[in-house]
Amino acid sequence: MSTEDVRTELPSAFAGEVVTHAKVRLLELPLAAGRLALITLDNDQDHTRPSTFGPGGLTALADALSEVAKLADIAAVAVTGKPFVFAVGADLSGVDLINSIEAARAITELGHRVFRRLGELPIPTFAYINGAAMGGGLELGLHCTYRTVSTGAAGLALPEVFLGLIPGWGGTWLLPNLIGPANAIQVIINNSMAQNKQMRPKDLIKLGIADAAFEPADFLEQSMLWTAKVLRGEVGVSRPEPDRQSWDEVVDAARAAVTARLHGATPAPGVALDLIAGAKTRTRDEGFVAEDEALSALMMGDDLRASLYAFNLVNKRARKPVGVPDKSLARPVTKIGVVGAGLMASQLALLFVHRLEVPVVMTDLDEARVAKGLAYVHGEFDAMANKGRLSSDRANRLKALVTGSTSKSGFADADFIIEAVFEKLDVKQQVFAEVEAVVSDTCILATNTSSLSVTAMASNLRHPERVVGFHFFNPVAVMPLLEIARGVQTDDATLATAFAVGKALKKSCVLVKDTPAFVVNRLLTRFLGEVTRAVDEGTDFEVADTALEPLGLPLSPFVLLQLVGPAVAFHVSETLHDAFPDRFYVSENLQRLVAAGKTGVYVWDGDGKPTVDPEVSALYQRGAVRLSAQEVRAKALAALAQEAQLMLDEGVVAAAEDVDLCMLVGAGWPFWLGGLTPYLDRTGTAEDINGKRFLAPGVASTRV
Amino acid sequence: MSPANHGATIQQVVFVDGVRTPFAKAGSALGGARADDLVVKAFRELLRRNPSLPPDRIDDVAVAATTQIGDQGLTLGRTAAILSGLPVSVPGYSVDRMCAGAMTAVTTLSAGIMAGVYDIALAGGVEHMGRHPMGEGIDPNPRFLAERLVDPEALQMGMTAENLHDRFPQLTKARADAFAVASQEKTAKAYANGMLQGEIVPVAVRSPELGWDLVSVDECPRPGTSLAGLATLKTPFRPRGRVTAGNSSGLTDGATACLLANESSADELGLAKRMRMVGFAFAGVAPEVMGVGPVPSTQKALDRAGLTIADIDLFEIHEAFAVQVLAFLDHFGIADDDPRVNPLGGAIAVGHPLASSGIRLMSYLAKDFENNPSTRYGITTMCIGLGMGGTVIWENTNFQGGSA
Repeated sequence: MSTEDVRTELPSAFAGEVVTHAKVRLLELPLAAGRLALITLDNDQDHTRPSTFGPGGLTALADALSEVAKLADIAAVAVTGKPFVFAVGADLSGVDLINSIEAARAITELGHRVFRRLGELPIPTFAYINGAAMGGGLELGLHCTYRTVSTGAAGLALPEVFLGLIPGWGGTWLLPNLIGPANAIQVIINNSMAQNKQMRPKDLIKLGIADAAFEPADFLEQSMLWTAKVLRGEVGVSRPEPDRQSWDEVVDAARAAVTARLHGATPAPGVALDLIAGAKTRTRDEGFVAEDEALSALMMGDDLRASLYAFNLVNKRARKPVGVPDKSLARPVTKIGVVGAGLMASQLALLFVHRLEVPVVMTDLDEARVAKGLAYVHGEFDAMANKGRLSSDRANRLKALVTGSTSKSGFADADFIIEAVFEKLDVKQQVFAEVEAVVSDTCILATNTSSLSVTAMASNLRHPERVVGFHFFNPVAVMPLLEIARGVQTDDATLATAFAVGKALKKSCVLVKDTPAFVVNRLLTRFLGEVTRAVDEGTDFEVADTALEPLGLPLSPFVLLQLVGPAVAFHVSETLHDAFPDRFYVSENLQRLVAAGKTGVYVWDGDGKPTVDPEVSALYQRGAVRLSAQEVRAKALAALAQEAQLMLDEGVVAAAEDVDLCMLVGAGWPFWLGGLTPYLDRTGTAEDINGKRFLAPGVASTRV
Repeated sequence: MSPANHGATIQQVVFVDGVRTPFAKAGSALGGARADDLVVKAFRELLRRNPSLPPDRIDDVAVAATTQIGDQGLTLGRTAAILSGLPVSVPGYSVDRMCAGAMTAVTTLSAGIMAGVYDIALAGGVEHMGRHPMGEGIDPNPRFLAERLVDPEALQMGMTAENLHDRFPQLTKARADAFAVASQEKTAKAYANGMLQGEIVPVAVRSPELGWDLVSVDECPRPGTSLAGLATLKTPFRPRGRVTAGNSSGLTDGATACLLANESSADELGLAKRMRMVGFAFAGVAPEVMGVGPVPSTQKALDRAGLTIADIDLFEIHEAFAVQVLAFLDHFGIADDDPRVNPLGGAIAVGHPLASSGIRLMSYLAKDFENNPSTRYGITTMCIGLGMGGTVIWENTNFQGGSA
């Protein structure tokens, strides 16, 4: 098909597309190896806007390949990118505009039609992967006969499955046939499911994706020299033929692992596995057609739309929090005080000094606790230095910035104090009163409370406007969410400073109203309450705990309970029950569990398989109502839908998008759920419970 | 070598290897490349061609540029070393003696080798005249003119060339044009014989409009240049003058690099010893006739080496302007078309990226020596802005004759 046809088929699907041009240049290869047609992919923007492929970009590449195909006297064709970028795949900003399976199919087929020309030229083709190559960008490289990679390239991945897609512009057929099914599964599925893990250039060599690696300083020159040597037969490329005997076995094992993890919660990994399985025997044509079918179906699915919505929340909304006072109001923060030297306080001290690189003073009641807290922070920096993640100079610098004291006098010239003491209002009020006696009038007092009232905590202070909630999630170093709670009297300068600090800590900050347990803990507690209530009333542990499996949550409810700790979970449920007695359940069985000093309901056997602790079963006093998993799930989702809507009605956050962002980065809820509300919308739960959707049709969902 | 260097004997310096990027018209084929990157490509190729040299054995790096601004600034010798991937333990510095920058990088490093403070050194030169036109950012002291310290024409190299025609009326435009045609012919012949391609490092250059290119050949030569053609060219420096674009070197982008070693280290590491440095000299002349500089610098170098002009079998004399070469040849009684002079052509054809040209002359001389094992001594010499000349005398390591 000619490129003319391409244009008429997709007239203006991606209006506003930043078109990646394909610039053809003819040049003489070294060693008199002949002429090379070198295609540079370049969208004429700097590296912060990497080159992508929409219909316009694909058409431009098709035109370039048509031009190249007409050249009689060229020895090879090569493709490379603009500085730092090869190409990063399909232009996903246009997906919202694709609202029919025909349109979806047209774009998937167009990709194949254009890319395969490169692989089906009668002369050798080379991809010089000079920088980021993701998704369709890397697939374009796979269509070539040979690939070189720059040792400086960053951003190498097939992340489609992470987003609810598949590498369907040839990737699922070409890659397993190039490097075998096991390696292909690693790249296409396992990396995607491991928080979208990127490959390093040496991984491309090790896996057999790239044939040669060269340093960035003269990557293209050396790639072209290598090309000349390949063409002259001076360098041979040997690739082991994939083992087709064990192919099915490898795919089956991967399928079992995916099922165990996701329980079918989202289709993309399974679809990718089907295609990799099929690649064993399918011809190239058959493989590409199968990709067209699978990819266009996924493109029309809600999982993709919800994933893209989630991706945008995490990458855009998290960086520009809504409702925050202007950052020009933020005051400089040049010294930090941490009240407490326990584990939480020590983790906070570690984070603050690591990210802000300013003096951090930890205080606690006695020398032993202070020494322990300091030792923890110093030990963590030493460990990072030993692993090579910090230079020893930097470790020295950071360690020297942390000091400890039993007196709060060291806070006198601090700009920001955070407390992480026992979760009791009068204790925290007293701590803040003591701190206020020492610090300046503008020093910010932040509390890491998870459920107490920020306003109440500030109520007895001379300057209540300086108090703000600063709620981290455990483990502090890992979890990206920071809920920043505005008390009734919190002023704009305090809030602006809190957000500036949060950003410097590299956290995803969300502004929340000072309401019990803010967002994530309130939703998780409500949801756990429904599951524990079902068990208390007689449902089997196993039934209740597996009820949410179809969502593909990172942890089952009782595993989550174990991670949080029954005592903390119980305490938060009590606090929320006090605030909202009608909706929040306090489990007497949970109280018994806490009283018995149990860390959870499960014990794990040697194979890591959990079973209910018989002692826990004995502790539990239960009713006789046995719900099915489906019933438990319906109750839990209904509770979440109700609670999320109430939170929006109360103005806890500005919009449903913030609820979802919190669940994504604070609870690790999956992209394919869009966090929470897209899933509640598409299952009809929101409509049933609240009489309305959270988000308009077409937002995080396919417009029908 | 003794732990302390007291009383160490003078070391012999050898020229191990030289490479260069293609020379391109200013702002043309290499227009999209950074100057520092050009040096890096040359350095890396030099190291690749000499794999027996452990990079941490390089004792110092000197890089020359005339306009040390932007990508030619920031202590280029050090930055190019880092950008080339040399170990951080290898130091570097920048050099400026205008057109003789790279020559000075070589002589300064060589002086260190002779004195025994260096074993191995890396020299380079670059001028991206497209990015850095001659005279960019200069701020001459007003005293130069107020106190008539230099002629007002001294800073315009084309005018100094016209001045040279005035001083030596026998150096006619016809002789200059004939020399220029010969330079083009010798260059074309050297290319045809494959003499020049080997030292060129191909450079990938990106044009935002056209994409990446691989520049592998010199862009400047104009094979087929004729006397009749040259006669039609304008004389931009004077009405009815004698200096034209055809009998001068053009504005050029390019970089050069070479590896120097003392003879024992070269032996130890199995490095080539392509020629041996005999001595060097720089000398000053009136800035307004800077082109005559090679005459006193050569005489000085010969005197110090105990040689005479008759001992010199090969001349690589820089062709900034044909008239300046002719002034040298006339002075020493050498014919305009003497085959010992620039046998592979010169800057009139191949181009002149100011501070880098000195090393190109040396690479050419090394080839001349290889092509002529019966020759023993040769010189590389060049004129320098603000009235100077520089000359390095070399000995052919391939020399097989009995006596000099």
